[in-house]
Formats: sequence, C-alpha cells, structure tokens
Amino acid sequence: MDALIQEFFNLSIMGRVAPLILRGLGETLLLCAFLVPLGLSGGLGAMLLATSRSRLVRFAAMVSIDFFRSFPPLVLLIFVYSGLPFMGIRVSPVLAIGVAFLLNSSSYYGEVFRAGVLSVPPGQSEAARSTGLSAGQTFLFVVLPQGVRNVLPELLSNTIELVKLTTLASVISAPELLHSADLARSLTYNSSPLVLAAAIYLMLLWPLVRLVRRMERRLVA
Amino acid sequence: MTMLDRFAATFLDLDVAARYAPEMLAGLLVTLAIGLAVIVTGVGVGLALAVLRAFGFRALDFVLIQIVDILRALPPLVIILIIYFGLPNVGIVIPSFVVLWMSLSAVLAAFSEELFWAGITAIPTGQWLAARASGLGFFQTLRYVILPQAVRIALPPLTSRTISITKNTALGSAIGVNEILGQAISAEAFSANATPLAMAAALYVLLFLPLVIASRSLEHRYRAGRRGWTR
Repeated sequence: MDALIQEFFNLSIMGRVAPLILRGLGETLLLCAFLVPLGLSGGLGAMLLATSRSRLVRFAAMVSIDFFRSFPPLVLLIFVYSGLPFMGIRVSPVLAIGVAFLLNSSSYYGEVFRAGVLSVPPGQSEAARSTGLSAGQTFLFVVLPQGVRNVLPELLSNTIELVKLTTLASVISAPELLHSADLARSLTYNSSPLVLAAAIYLMLLWPLVRLVRRMERRLVA
Repeated sequence: MTMLDRFAATFLDLDVAARYAPEMLAGLLVTLAIGLAVIVTGVGVGLALAVLRAFGFRALDFVLIQIVDILRALPPLVIILIIYFGLPNVGIVIPSFVVLWMSLSAVLAAFSEELFWAGITAIPTGQWLAARASGLGFFQTLRYVILPQAVRIALPPLTSRTISITKNTALGSAIGVNEILGQAISAEAFSANATPLAMAAALYVLLFLPLVIASRSLEHRYRAGRRGWTR
C-alpha cells in the first residue's frame, strides 16, 4: 500500500514538478484555443460540401470524410510530421498538429453538423424562403441555428474528444500537458507526475462530461 | 525531379515496400488481434454493467456512473502511460500489449455501458409491464424483451464509438507494441523512407473504411423517413 502511494500519489514529487506541469497545462489550453475553432470551421466547411446540391461534390466530400475517419489520428499526425520531411518539406510540430487534427476533427465535426442541419424540417426553409429570405439568409438565420441546437450534446462531446486528442502531441514532443508530465516522470522516475496530469485533465473535462450527460437527458425527455 | 516524382520516391518506393511487407503484415495481425480483443471485452463488460444498472441498486449505480464518467473524461494515452510506467515500479510487470488491451477495453466498456443503458431506458415501461404480466420473470423479460430492443437502439452510436476507440490501438506504438504504426515507425527509421508510413495508412483504411461505411449505413437505416432540410 505504501509502495502504491509512493509511486502514484507522491505529494512531494508532485509539488516539485508542479511548475513544469502547469506550464504544460498552459500550452495545452493554448493548443485547444487554436484547434477547437479550427476544427469547428473546418467542420462547417465539410458540412457545406457534404450537403452540396451537386452530386459530385457531395460524393467527394463524403468519401474524404469517411477516409479521414478511418485513420487513427496518431497515424495522420506521424504521417504529416515524420513523412513529409523525407520529401524535403520541413514541418514544425505545431503545424503538423494543426494539419493532422484539422483533417481529423473537421471530418467528425462535419458529420455532426450535417446530422444537425438535416434534422431541421423542410417546412422551416420553405417558410423562410416564402417570406422573402434568400437561400443564404435562410441557411444562416433559420436552418443553421436550429440544426446546431439539435446536435449541441454531440458537438460538446466531440470537443471533449478533441481536447483528449491533444495528448497525442506528446508523441511528437510538442509542448503540452502530457508531454511535461512524461518528462517529469522520466526525471523523477516516479508516476506521480502522470497522475497529477490525469487529475488536471479530470478537472477540465469531468464537468463537461457531466454537462453532456445532462443535455442528453433533457433531449430524451 | 518534379514534385510528383519526389512524392513517389518518398511514399511509394516499391523496393522498400517489398522489403518491409512481412513486418507490416505482422503488425496488421497484432492490430487485428488487439482490436478484436478490445471490442469483445469492452462491449461485453459494457453490456454487463448496463444490465447491472437495470437492477437499480442506488449506491452501485452512483459508483458506476462516477467511474464511467472518469473513463470518459481521461485521455486514453494518459491511462495507458500511467499503467505502463507505474505498475512495474510497484512490482507488477505486465506486457505492453496487455496494458493496451486493458486500457482501451476499460474506455470502451465505459462508453458502451452508457449507450446500452440509454437504449434500455428508451424502452417504454409498458414493455416491462406487459412481459411481466404475461408470466415472464425479471431475467426473461430483460433477456427476451428489453435487451433485443435496447441493443437495436444502441447499435448505430455504438458502432461509431467502437471504431474510434479501436483505432486507438495505434497508441500502442508509444509503449512499444508492435502493431501497424509501431512497425511502420521502426521500418521508416531503418529504411530512411516514408513508404512504410504510407503502407500503414493504407492498412488502416483497409481495416476501418468498411466499418466506417457500415456504421454510416446503419445510421442511415435507423434514421430513414426522418429526412429534413434540403437545399
């Protein structure tokens, strides 16, 4: 029991590595602040293409969405980060993360947005068009707001997945929370820094998981 | 060299592909084996836990919900690293592929318990009452009336969740499991060429694209007749 506490919940080690871990937390938050808007806008774009009036565009969009959903995000990340340099294209870790996660998360967000937009009854857009709104206005002010509201829980749980995904950045040694924690683990030869990082992820994401649970229950009721 | 030639030489070198094909194939088998094991244990445990919740023990449900939420909130790589680096230091040594299997199974169990439970609660109470009134016992009602309907409801979201968690077998490369990505990374280092990575990507598409398409058609079938906005 004592050995377990020493290995996983060693407070003095946690205290010693706290500054390093907190810096990692800051970097993770920065990463999320840039990846979430990027993924959301990529997802909106993917949704627009996947609901296009042209059959060809729709088909191409669906194929590429399915294609990127078939890749483990880590494979995409390693492919961009360590494959492209062999072609003579230098990629910084942050750029690699941006590209790989944009492709991955816009496919997932795109599917969610598509489900939302398709859940709005056609009567809504017909009514909007007959009151004189243009197609663009109808989409922007009538269809999109209702569609997004219908899939709010899925959007949020997708965002939780994206935040969890940022831990993959540690594999290519990009600065973020898990990377700092793993560095601290190898310096102290003790797993407590990893447990501290886990606790921080829990503090960030547990409330959101509970929120998703509550939103889903309200939609069912 | 044109850009296209350079791309072909980097990602589509046939000599390199031939040389590392056996390793990549071995990696494919490892990914398949761990992936299947994760699906069987994860979904199985998830279903068992959802059935356990149907009994309605308040205290048990409370504990279960907390554990499930924690597993849904933690990044899988964090769980994997804690088990992989922590346990040997307290004298428990387990092979890295077992660490991968256990971690991903736990995560999948948490998500699938939630989906199965949502399916069970979606069945109207009348189904329970009618089944019990016709003389079926609690277990028989659950087994023959409730679960078949609940599983149908849970199936589409369960499929896409299972795919995204099974894809995480690639995280094994971070702890030295010789699955597809792990093999590709070492082959890439040995050959100084990115072809093994392209092979890995192709293998993943081969494995998961049919599943992704299947989950899409499942979702489509269950959503049939609820067509909405069109441009």
